[in-house]
Amino acid sequence: MRHLLSVTDLDRAAASELLDEAERFEQALLGREVHKLPTLRGRTVMTVFYENSTRTRVSFEVAGKWMSADVINVSASSSSVSKGESLRDTALTLHAAGADALIVRHPASGAAHQIAHWMDGWARAEGRSSGPAIVNAGDGMHEHPTQALLDALTLRQRLGDIEGKRVVIVGDILHSRVARSNVFLLHTLGAEVVLVAPRTLLPVGVEAWPARVSHHLDAELPGADAVLMLRVQAERMNGGFFPSAREYSVNYGLSERRLALLAEHAVVMHPGPMLRGMEIASAVADSPKAAILQQVTNGVHLRMAVLFRLLVGAQEAVA
Amino acid sequence: MAVPGDRAAKSGAAETTHSQRHTPEWVATGRELLSASDVGRTIARIAHQIIEKTALDSDEAGSPRVVLIGIPTRGTTLAARLTDKIEEFSGVRPALGSLDITLYRDDLRSRPHRPLERTSVPEGGIEDALVVLVDDVLFSGRTVRSALDGLRDLGRPRSVQLAVLIDRGHRELPIRADFVGKNVPTSRAEDISVLLTEHDGRDGVYLHQEAEA
Repeated sequence: MRHLLSVTDLDRAAASELLDEAERFEQALLGREVHKLPTLRGRTVMTVFYENSTRTRVSFEVAGKWMSADVINVSASSSSVSKGESLRDTALTLHAAGADALIVRHPASGAAHQIAHWMDGWARAEGRSSGPAIVNAGDGMHEHPTQALLDALTLRQRLGDIEGKRVVIVGDILHSRVARSNVFLLHTLGAEVVLVAPRTLLPVGVEAWPARVSHHLDAELPGADAVLMLRVQAERMNGGFFPSAREYSVNYGLSERRLALLAEHAVVMHPGPMLRGMEIASAVADSPKAAILQQVTNGVHLRMAVLFRLLVGAQEAVA
Repeated sequence: MAVPGDRAAKSGAAETTHSQRHTPEWVATGRELLSASDVGRTIARIAHQIIEKTALDSDEAGSPRVVLIGIPTRGTTLAARLTDKIEEFSGVRPALGSLDITLYRDDLRSRPHRPLERTSVPEGGIEDALVVLVDDVLFSGRTVRSALDGLRDLGRPRSVQLAVLIDRGHRELPIRADFVGKNVPTSRAEDISVLLTEHDGRDGVYLHQEAEA
């Protein structure tokens, strides 16, 4: 594995292996006095965030630091990006500065792919077998593979297995890279995925996804093993996708009444940040069924596994 | 602990398919260093030595808590068997843990990726305990060095000792074992395979040419 750009690059074995490895990292850190492993000593990991984020960036930063990598955070607002530097020039600069891995978040779909393509080209031109590893930490409305992986890890821990489980993903499917990555990864891992959203918040071509589409949340909840609530991405909406926040909340919000429809063992997840009261009632978010903080903890271990996988071991030679 | 009889281990008919998948060429062309009953006896002897040594150490200042830490995969299994034996012989069951040293290796950049193995810190940690590291084969000493680094992150033991089933020489670091099952002079072109029932369906130690592995 050279880069992690899309969950569709992972087959079931590769995805399961990453989840297993994340659990081994959790084990390895359990009961320790020092949360620091020398594994990535001398490696440089740069997080390049063109969009705001707490969870993902902090999670990658902690993962890198716990493995002794040097972690450098670049954010668009505090870098030359704000002076108008192009993505290509920024990438070239970070490449020249000696990054071993770039964690990229960008509002444009495909940005991480593009950077990976450039990096591999520059490395070849310099006669080296490989350039920095690229991790897609969210590109526009396209994908967020590490989020899907940590969600899968949380599901596996809560439900025992993913195979054959029914996962209901609710909300702004159209703008959600989390939803897209989750649909494909959960399908790869053998789950049945149901999408619940207003028609206006479904992407074109959703029929081709390996998921069933429904518009009635109440009808889908009783048979669900897990409910994944999504954030309504107001910053990506330039028109009326639904009449009002109140109506959205009534139709698609996870209220306490709806929580009671779920099976005893069912899990409630949210990738964060949550809009309490709109997508999810406060009492639901804090209920024992919610695995939201477990998702965050898993995020660190999962990202340790990803960095370990990408940065450790002799790279297979690039022909 | 059931130790299969020497004869049963040698006859191919009694083999499980699991062990046949792992070891046919070693068994056919390799030299048997320890038979199944030898392995059992050796583990029992090391257990006695550990009891003796820790008893001596405890005379000096109170009785130290003894913790056995196995290095995966076969070191962990050996540590578990030693724990059983020590309990059988002395009535005291030492704490048992395992420490995967993958994350502490110094050759991570030059070797192919290898998946992590299980790490578990025993209840109560290793603080001020007498830690016995357990591995199957002692070779260059680099694995033990990594394990010592790993232990340092888990806490500060009172002292650390090393128990190995086979010492095959070729040390690259100033490291020696406190408890050795068998010293085997080898050439670098040779390899040692330790088979344990839990992993390979049978016990035994074989010496063979490296290319066969």
